[in-house]
Amino acid sequence: MTENVTRVMDASEIRRALTRIAHEIIERNKGAADLVVIGVQSRGVPMAKRLGRLISDIEGTSVPVGSLNVAMYRDDYASRPAKVDASDIPFNVTGKAVILVDEVLFTGRTTRAALDAIMDLGRPRVIQLAVLVDRGHRELPVRADYVGKNLPTAMSEKVDVHWVETKGEDAVMIAK
Amino acid sequence: MLPLTFQLRARGEGETMQLDRKDILGLQDIAPEEIRLILDTAQSNKEILARPVRKVPILRGKSICTLFYENSTRTRTSFELAAKIMSADTTSISTAGSSINKGESLKDTLLTLEAMGTDLFVIRHWAAGAPQMASEIVKSHIINAGDGLHEHPTQGLLDMLTIREHKGRFDGLRVLIVGDIMHSRVARSNIWGLSKMGAEVRICGPKTLLPAEIEKLPVTVFTDLDAAIDGVDVVNVLRIQLERMSKGFFPSVREYSRFFGINKDRLRRAKSDVLVMHPGPMNRGIEITPDVADGEFAVITEQVTNGVAVRMALLYLLLGGGGNVATA
Repeated sequence: MTENVTRVMDASEIRRALTRIAHEIIERNKGAADLVVIGVQSRGVPMAKRLGRLISDIEGTSVPVGSLNVAMYRDDYASRPAKVDASDIPFNVTGKAVILVDEVLFTGRTTRAALDAIMDLGRPRVIQLAVLVDRGHRELPVRADYVGKNLPTAMSEKVDVHWVETKGEDAVMIAK
Repeated sequence: MLPLTFQLRARGEGETMQLDRKDILGLQDIAPEEIRLILDTAQSNKEILARPVRKVPILRGKSICTLFYENSTRTRTSFELAAKIMSADTTSISTAGSSINKGESLKDTLLTLEAMGTDLFVIRHWAAGAPQMASEIVKSHIINAGDGLHEHPTQGLLDMLTIREHKGRFDGLRVLIVGDIMHSRVARSNIWGLSKMGAEVRICGPKTLLPAEIEKLPVTVFTDLDAAIDGVDVVNVLRIQLERMSKGFFPSVREYSRFFGINKDRLRRAKSDVLVMHPGPMNRGIEITPDVADGEFAVITEQVTNGVAVRMALLYLLLGGGGNVATA
């Protein structure tokens, strides 16, 4: 099988998208006072860290960033066995505005699992979802509040986000 | 012999893995990669144990039965808590008060409970090999919670998790197991698991309490505790099973304590950051002095906590791999 890989976002496009999202988050929440950022393991975590840093720089505050393991909340764990790290949420989410971060929004099932996982940690005032790529094909009534790029895809295609932190470069690819 | 087929499927970037095996019967037949996967999963479960609300939904609708033909406090409670934290339903059968006392065989008991929809059995039995036999009778998963003098794999794994947490590795570690090796399934599981991961296992005990054919186990045998403890990273102290005293394995408890008891003086010969472990229940003052049991090197209560994390990992990995819902 020959794989046809297309690069749909490069490093500077990703940088601009994240900068825009950071501004949108601050605008919508009227500042960064009650914000916490939580990345879904594993590939939402680098994006969460960057958004946290961008928001902190813009607002001159320090926004806490955590990482969330949703393995124990999945409805499809049989087909997606997960070997990920423990959740690391070194702050209380109760009363906060939680920015939930994942790299690709697809069926919405991971987001559903993440919402339940966060609810078990406390009662946030609001949860908003930020994704780098929305590729459609939702199976649940889930939508993102902040989207880096809307990317119409076929069900059979594979969207792959590379981060400098793990893959040595920032890029979004589609494999047919 | 049941073919213990297993396979570790790496997916994606190699960050997701699955334990593809029906049963956990012992550590003798388990691969190092499987042990690593179980310990990693257990390590990440500890975060759930530290939460104010210890409950996750992953095993909702799964039914787990603890079937115990021998007494137990910690193993059984630990399995039940692990199952309940992950939202599984648990039932528990003991010899007393069940139809086992009416003479029902293990086979019929298993088939009856399986017909009620039990997805996984946790079995403790006085006969070595009973869990293995059970695994051939039912389609449900089996976890061995101790069988005769054979193995106690979940104790072995929780000991290994505790060691890895403190030492960060197994390779090159010197681990001494001291006491009644012959009657200890804990010792056997530790020996197989630790040696597989690259640790050097020493055993020490009275000659009468060393198993026959000890040379077939991957261990160095000592009968002098002062020599055995020299430079070790871990001392795992076994319980002296007082119920066996009458059989004349050693002359007196006092003599045993003098030659094989772990006390502060003896511990000085070990590494300065030695870990002292005990699978419980402890006979304080016999195999271990109270000051050592409660002292700075002891990790005995951590072992108990890690037991819950390890059992959660096994339930998750065995029951989590069973379905076939396909989504991305």
